[in-house]
Amino acid sequence: MSHTWTLTKARIRLATRNRAFFFFSFMMPLIFLFGAVFMFGKDSGNWVGYILGAVLTLTVMGSFWGLSVQLVTFREQGILRRFRLAPIGAGPLLASSILSNYFLVLPAVIVEIVVCRFALHMQSWGNLWAVFLLVSLGSAAFSAFGLIVASVTNTMQETQMINNLIWTGFLFLSGATVPLAIFPSWLQRVALFLPATYLAVGLENATTNLATMGEIATDAAALAIGLWMAFEISRRLFRWEPEAKVPSRAKFWVLVAFVPFLVFGTWENIAGNRLQQIRANYLTVGGRMLRQAVPRR
Amino acid sequence: MAEPIILVDNLFKNYGAVEALRGVSFAVPEGEVFGLLGPNGAGKTTTVEILEGMRVPDRGTARVCGLDPEKAGEQFKEIIGAVLQSTALPDKLRVKEAIELFANFYRRHINTDDLLRRFQLEDKRNAFYSQLSGGQKQRLALAMALVNDPQVLFLDEPTAGLDPQVRREIYDIIEELKRGKKTILLTTHYIEEAERLCDRVAIVDHGRVIAIGTPRELKHASAGKTRIEVKLARPLANGNLANLDGVVDVRDFEGTYVLHSARPPQTIVALVKQLEAEHNELQSLEMFSPSLEDVFIELTGRRLRD
Repeated sequence: MSHTWTLTKARIRLATRNRAFFFFSFMMPLIFLFGAVFMFGKDSGNWVGYILGAVLTLTVMGSFWGLSVQLVTFREQGILRRFRLAPIGAGPLLASSILSNYFLVLPAVIVEIVVCRFALHMQSWGNLWAVFLLVSLGSAAFSAFGLIVASVTNTMQETQMINNLIWTGFLFLSGATVPLAIFPSWLQRVALFLPATYLAVGLENATTNLATMGEIATDAAALAIGLWMAFEISRRLFRWEPEAKVPSRAKFWVLVAFVPFLVFGTWENIAGNRLQQIRANYLTVGGRMLRQAVPRR
Repeated sequence: MAEPIILVDNLFKNYGAVEALRGVSFAVPEGEVFGLLGPNGAGKTTTVEILEGMRVPDRGTARVCGLDPEKAGEQFKEIIGAVLQSTALPDKLRVKEAIELFANFYRRHINTDDLLRRFQLEDKRNAFYSQLSGGQKQRLALAMALVNDPQVLFLDEPTAGLDPQVRREIYDIIEELKRGKKTILLTTHYIEEAERLCDRVAIVDHGRVIAIGTPRELKHASAGKTRIEVKLARPLANGNLANLDGVVDVRDFEGTYVLHSARPPQTIVALVKQLEAEHNELQSLEMFSPSLEDVFIELTGRRLRD
């Protein structure tokens, strides 16, 4: 554990010396926040809370890109080789990536919530405990997903290709950018198989104080199980050397990490009432102008 | 006799169709500075990386302090230190942070301020890694390799790419470690480095150890012959430099004739006479005392830098 903390502190220090970190972690989410509130939420305090949930999702999901790129960069530059000589295993190295990213995400999340409450007139604080829980599990889970991608790709080019594919799905099908409630029914059902959906919907419900305990528990469980599987897979597939290539079949391990969401998605599609709750909450928040677009089940 | 601290027995390693190691064997007693000398691609780095636990041999055994580098895990890493052929660290890591970071990984470590002083990095303690010169980076790599006061130190081409002045600074550091009876395994393709630093040297070529001994023993094996390198205005028309008085060996390396002579003055006189007879001219002539380069040429027919 001490190795993990040592590495975590070092990584936090390194990140804060990188100006790009401040732009992508603080400035960009705030730009999105102000832009979205200006366009959609200036007449309704409810909407601000909903938009905050979406922006928090984007902030947390940023871990996916950041960690995969960083790990591949370290491997290609030969930095991991030097660490391999020290008495530390892959576990502490990966765990420190996840932990450091979490501590770096938290300030951005706090700033976004405070800005929404005091500058953008968000009506209430929402369910802060649920927000904290989902941000914590979401940050760790999406960091771990990023680490799997880094563990199975051989070059930066390959990493960015796979990242783009997965990220596009996360971004546009989860409710993080486009409200899930306005999708066609079949697309909403597909979205229930994505890890990003549990994060986005969970945070949007938490920030608008519409989340039930059951929903929070389901979202948290999905993210926690996804985190555990993703971490274990990335640890087993971890490579120190740029020359150690991964066979093509190993790339399918990325999909194995999404098995928990396959299970949750199947359950929600068959027996759950998640989609009804999503539509109901969206209308409650004030989606009247788009009510006609919300498909009936 | 004490057990060798490093024991390598019949190592084989292939990279696809390339045979990197073809039966390498040697033993290093405690407190010795042992060199692996050979050209690029000889198998030196593969050997040392197997001993560091970074590569797995296809056949053969390697032991360091009685431990198998591949299987011993963290216990093994506690007792070794290593400088890789190229060390890379994050650009924004400060010098002092780098040493402290790696020191914290070990159960026991040397005082990091002492290390900064010893490797003349005190002035650079707060500098970022990206701001260091090549020599400073190599001194930092050495400091990090010694942070746990290892029983065995592996140095893979520690002065490659450094200018002569910096190289000598690194030699001074290694000589200080040698005086402290540190066991060191060093790989190099620099003759001067092997002759100056190593107690014993294994000459490696094409994955095999072709000679092993102290630098003095190896040079004596080439019978104390002086190397004479000659460049001529025109290639030899007829006549053969091998027949000159005292010459025991002649090789042509792209227009430079390398002669080994047991009687250098007589050889030079005979050479001048032959060139006069052929109306040829001497462009340059250099004489060298016997060195490990001569041993390598004698054994392989090639120069170390070919």
